[in-house]
Amino acid sequence: MIGRSVLFACLLLPAAAQAYGVQELFQSLAGDKPRHATFQEKKTIALLDKPVESSGELVFTPPARLEKRTSKPRTESIVVEGDIATIERGGKRQTLRLSQYPGVAVLIDSIRSTLAGDLKALTKTYSAAVAGDAALWRLTLRPIDPSLGTFVEHIEIAGSKGQVRTVEIFQADGDRSVMTLTPIEP
Amino acid sequence: MSTRARTALAIWIVALAIAGWQIAHTRFVADMSSFLPLEPTAEQRVLVDQLRDGAISRVILVGIEGGDAAGRAATSNAMAKALGASAVVAAVSNGAGATFDRERELLLEYRYVLSPRVTPERFTVAGLRSAIGETLDLLASPAGMLVKAVVPRDPTGELVAVVERLRPAQSPAMAEGVWATPDGQRALLVVRTRAAGSDTDAQAQAMAAIESAFTDAARAPPGMRVLMTGPGVYSVKARAMIQRDVERLALASLLVVAGLLLFVYRSPVALGLGMLPVVSGAIAGIAAVSLGFGMVHGITLGFGTTLIGEAVDYSIYLFVQRDTQRGGDDWVRGFWPTVRLGVLTSIAGFAALLFSGVSGLAQLGVYSIAGLVAAALVTRFVLPDLLPARFHIRDVSAFGAWLSRAVGAVPRGRWIVTFLAFAASAVLLFHRGALWDLRIESLNPISIADRQLDAKLREALGASDARHVIAVRGADAQSALEAAERMGEKLDALAAEGRIGGYESPARFLPSAATQRKRLESLPTAAELKPRLAEALRGLPIRAGRLDPFLADVERAKSTGVMTRDAIHGTALEEGLDGLLFRDSSGQWNAMLGLRRPLDVPAVRRAIETSGVPGAVLLDVRAELDTLYAGYFERALVASAVGLAAIVVLLFATLRSPSRVARVMAPLVAGVLVVAACHAAAGTSMTLLHLVGLLLVVAVGSNYALFFDRGTNARTVASLALANATTVASFGILSLSSIPVLNAIGSTVAIGAFVTLVFAALVIPPVESAHAHDRP
Repeated sequence: MIGRSVLFACLLLPAAAQAYGVQELFQSLAGDKPRHATFQEKKTIALLDKPVESSGELVFTPPARLEKRTSKPRTESIVVEGDIATIERGGKRQTLRLSQYPGVAVLIDSIRSTLAGDLKALTKTYSAAVAGDAALWRLTLRPIDPSLGTFVEHIEIAGSKGQVRTVEIFQADGDRSVMTLTPIEP
Repeated sequence: MSTRARTALAIWIVALAIAGWQIAHTRFVADMSSFLPLEPTAEQRVLVDQLRDGAISRVILVGIEGGDAAGRAATSNAMAKALGASAVVAAVSNGAGATFDRERELLLEYRYVLSPRVTPERFTVAGLRSAIGETLDLLASPAGMLVKAVVPRDPTGELVAVVERLRPAQSPAMAEGVWATPDGQRALLVVRTRAAGSDTDAQAQAMAAIESAFTDAARAPPGMRVLMTGPGVYSVKARAMIQRDVERLALASLLVVAGLLLFVYRSPVALGLGMLPVVSGAIAGIAAVSLGFGMVHGITLGFGTTLIGEAVDYSIYLFVQRDTQRGGDDWVRGFWPTVRLGVLTSIAGFAALLFSGVSGLAQLGVYSIAGLVAAALVTRFVLPDLLPARFHIRDVSAFGAWLSRAVGAVPRGRWIVTFLAFAASAVLLFHRGALWDLRIESLNPISIADRQLDAKLREALGASDARHVIAVRGADAQSALEAAERMGEKLDALAAEGRIGGYESPARFLPSAATQRKRLESLPTAAELKPRLAEALRGLPIRAGRLDPFLADVERAKSTGVMTRDAIHGTALEEGLDGLLFRDSSGQWNAMLGLRRPLDVPAVRRAIETSGVPGAVLLDVRAELDTLYAGYFERALVASAVGLAAIVVLLFATLRSPSRVARVMAPLVAGVLVVAACHAAAGTSMTLLHLVGLLLVVAVGSNYALFFDRGTNARTVASLALANATTVASFGILSLSSIPVLNAIGSTVAIGAFVTLVFAALVIPPVESAHAHDRP
């Protein structure tokens, strides 16, 4: 009896995993309402003896506006809208075009496309694989263009249902960052 | 044929041969800088040099439109590759693969002599601690990954400081990996030619190279077009336009005048002979300009077509006025003195152009004087002897007599002329505010559509408007750079107060050697730096051992020494520097500091005054050019007045009678007033070239008035009518030109020649004079 149920479960599990695919995940992510979250970020850089921590607020306004406002350790912000990124830091504002900084663009696109539920945009740059189920999913992104591999090795985004909870970026040189998001309900 | 006639003929043929040889070795140009002054002030020279040969003059902006974005990008890349290998192109960029690896390496290598933050304080324990702390903060920020790799070499962030100062305020938009207009509909390339913008031939070659690079690249996708703009492109386009117009107009002029003469003469031989003075005059004119200026402007050639209408007059006078029974010698005795006086008054008028201070106008003056003198001399010394024994043209005295009667029938001719002159003066007085157009743009042959395209592409590339510039000078490059640095300190303060939006300086690409040495002296030795760094890093999350490359780099910077111009040769840094630091024609070095908006002009002027930098001036490029043009416009006006006075003096000396001088001058003055009033009433503000046209009216009209003054018979009246018809026809055709310069002269002279003839006939009614042949 037990053997049969195990066998049944074994048969069932892969089928269940397949049932929750990238398509379903991105359907649950897509939406047209702005989303707010606080974030805690921890960067591990080989050069430094201990991780650098920062925190602040993340706002995503569909379809393509992403704001990251850091309040600690110092106030700064990066606002990305379409191809234009505006960085404000220490009273200075500078504008750059993402298309000229592929290393930055590749990172921002991963988060932005995921938040937007835009699978088509995401799969232009990344191959995407999802594990888990709707309640607890984990999306793994690897850049398709090998030249982008020097910037980012892979990205793991995890969450539950339509909410992104963590974004982990693994860089090719071993450095990595983990961002934990806590949604603020409007 | 007499010995004297044979000598004249021989001289004529030899002179033509020499002139022909000179023309064969002549360079023809079309850039509008010929219409800038010959003797500019120091500031103007900087500007004129910049416009002629400066870095700005070498830039061709290229746009690719049509097809799809991917196709445009592919074409852009293929063109960039092909043009990069072209001999006429110095540099080409399209935004793709603009990794600036070499530039980045250079900036990194020389960061300690380039960074303004390098001071002794920065390398103390406290200075190092704060600089490194800032870099660590940057590492934590989203921009951190851009700098992470160089932190071990550059923990104080000098590279960031250097790059920040060189980065343009705005970078161009991209589409499919190449520069594009913001709407993404055009791909953009920037081509820098080896030759200066004023070298029209070389610019044409560069344009051809771009065109062929495009055709090769875009062979597959249809519907794609290439657009070019820039100062050199303007010159090439203007030259092509002038060439096309000149060819068409000269042909039309020739056909109309020849048709008219053939209709009147009924003799192909007479037509052929009548053209001899015209052709000789044109050849002499071009050769004289080529000798005097070393090149001939296209506008001068266009103007030359009008000589057809003017120089043909002399042979008309000879053929029509000469008494068939008494022959050419008789005409020489009777009419030549009047023609000679007419030629002299014309020369007096055109001499005004020689002193206008504008090489383009001086060319017109030389051309006209040489051309008219040659045409008159050929008519006087060569033509009479070439007339065949049984030379015959249709008798036109009946037509002349009819004209004389018609004019004689008009009552109170003088009153009509006086009334019209006063009416014209009233019109001029009413429009006095808008009589003259003092903007240099009024001479520009380039269409508004072309200029708008240029402005659009320029804006898309984020090129500074290059309108407000501070120029500082020095005997050598170093002192110019030092002056730029002193000026820069003042501008930094203004930028901090928000009074200017920022500025560009050549000293950012290449600081003066003095400044570089000062920065090098700020660097501590390795023995000093090592313990300071260890102390500074206490409590920071980075170990000193990781920063060994920093110690090595500081040491290396000291031994590498200052950065020279050679070090940046062939890089984007040199390109940036070239436009801002250059040597002018007087051998002085000029540094240009381009200002960005917003702009508080009075504050900038105050900063210049208090800077103590000798010879620093704020140039508003467009206003400066207009001022410059208005300046020599005034000069041309004065020269014209002097020319007019010279004509009066000449007439006094020859006619020796105030009343005769008055009646010769009256039709000319009335004619000039009426033409000017016509332009004013039509809403046309007159330019420098209208003024030239008015001078021509006086020159042509003086011939008419002098003939009437010496007494006319039916044949004289007929010859004047015919001469006038050819002049009006050839200048009328010139007025059809789309080039403002030629159009202005054409319309002015066509109207003017006609009204002065009518006025001369009304003021001095044609009367058969018994003494006609005895009076000069």
